[in-house]
Amino acid sequence: MNKLISVEEAVNMIQDGMTIMVGGFLGCRNPYVLVDALVAKGVKDITLIANDTSFPEVGIGKLIVNKQVKKLIASHIGTNKETGNQMNSGELEVELVPQGTLAERIRAAGAGLGGILTPTGLGTVVAEGKDIITVDGREFLLEKPLKADIALIVGAKVDKKGNVRYKKATRNFNPLMATAANIVIVEADEIVEVGEIDPDDVMTPGIFVNYIVGGNA
Amino acid sequence: MDEKEYIARRVAKELHDGDVVNLGIGLPTMVANFIPEDIEITLQSENGFLGMGPAPEKGDEDPYLVNAGGIHVTINPGGVFFDSAESFLIIRGGHVNATVLGALEVDEKGNLANWMVPGKMVPGMGGAMDLVTGAKKVIVAMNHTAKGNHKILKQCTLPLTAVNAVDLIITEMGVMEVTDKGIVLKEINREFTVEQVQAATGATLIISEDLKPIEM
Repeated sequence: MNKLISVEEAVNMIQDGMTIMVGGFLGCRNPYVLVDALVAKGVKDITLIANDTSFPEVGIGKLIVNKQVKKLIASHIGTNKETGNQMNSGELEVELVPQGTLAERIRAAGAGLGGILTPTGLGTVVAEGKDIITVDGREFLLEKPLKADIALIVGAKVDKKGNVRYKKATRNFNPLMATAANIVIVEADEIVEVGEIDPDDVMTPGIFVNYIVGGNA
Repeated sequence: MDEKEYIARRVAKELHDGDVVNLGIGLPTMVANFIPEDIEITLQSENGFLGMGPAPEKGDEDPYLVNAGGIHVTINPGGVFFDSAESFLIIRGGHVNATVLGALEVDEKGNLANWMVPGKMVPGMGGAMDLVTGAKKVIVAMNHTAKGNHKILKQCTLPLTAVNAVDLIITEMGVMEVTDKGIVLKEINREFTVEQVQAATGATLIISEDLKPIEM
């Protein structure tokens, strides 16, 4: 099956009100081309799941500045002032999640788990409204899975089956998000023929990837 | 030597050969500059690697490589990259020997507040809650007071990062250990008296019988 599509075809799958996961860490890197196309299309009322909201002028930071996000689930918003402004004015609903818990909640959705148990957040506002479960005398918070309609991830080298190899610190949340969305679109810095990535080097198996678009690296 | 460097140099003495260490943003990052040459430390970065090296030369920045603060860094030989789940498995699973962070408030129960000031500053906790819950040793490195206001308290007033998490507090005035009985002043900067340190502290300090001056 052909997984290669245009950026326009990719963005056409993304509708107002959808839940979208986007890989990257403080903009290093987001799928810049797909995000810019989302900004240009003006998709609204997005629920965005991402580690952070980058910087105002970089990657997914622009989605916030352009007021396209209705709800944000992230671990850190300090590098994008606009996120805090919209949160304080009530325009943007923000759920702050400890970074490790965010990773595990996404992983749980991808792995078919009912949630995860962690001590992180016990005794803090993170625990409010959540079940505390005692295992062998130790308390844990029950954190529920996080899934999305669409995951937009970014890979350095992607073959035409969708096998992904990431580069350096840009792996971050991408491999997890690739398992936890109904549709997964990878933005590839480089698209190569099947077989050109050694099977030992594949970091996200192509079965998780529905579509591939070319990036601008 | 300025206060920040003084604190960073003293924190560096807490690290042991072979330790995996996570350093927070700001003052804690400076600790990397003062690690004794005869020990080997592996720095962990939350965004997904071990073996973090210093900042690159200007012009050599790698667009694929930043630290958890979004600043360009390098990776040392023997370093390794991984995803966020593995990164936090390392942090949450007790595989980090020590984490060094700043604080807005710390109290005598070892409670820590360092991620938000309601109505003012809400940057988010990032990986801080995971680090202070999962690391084997939690070292708070900070100025003893903030514009004269106490930061070391009987009880934190700001929203907590974690409960009963802090092991050691290192400031420009001294080195304090958080114990079941309270905060024990173990080392003191020769420039201050015990009375001055106590006056700058919002909790009653237990003065170690073995109180020593800070040596660098």
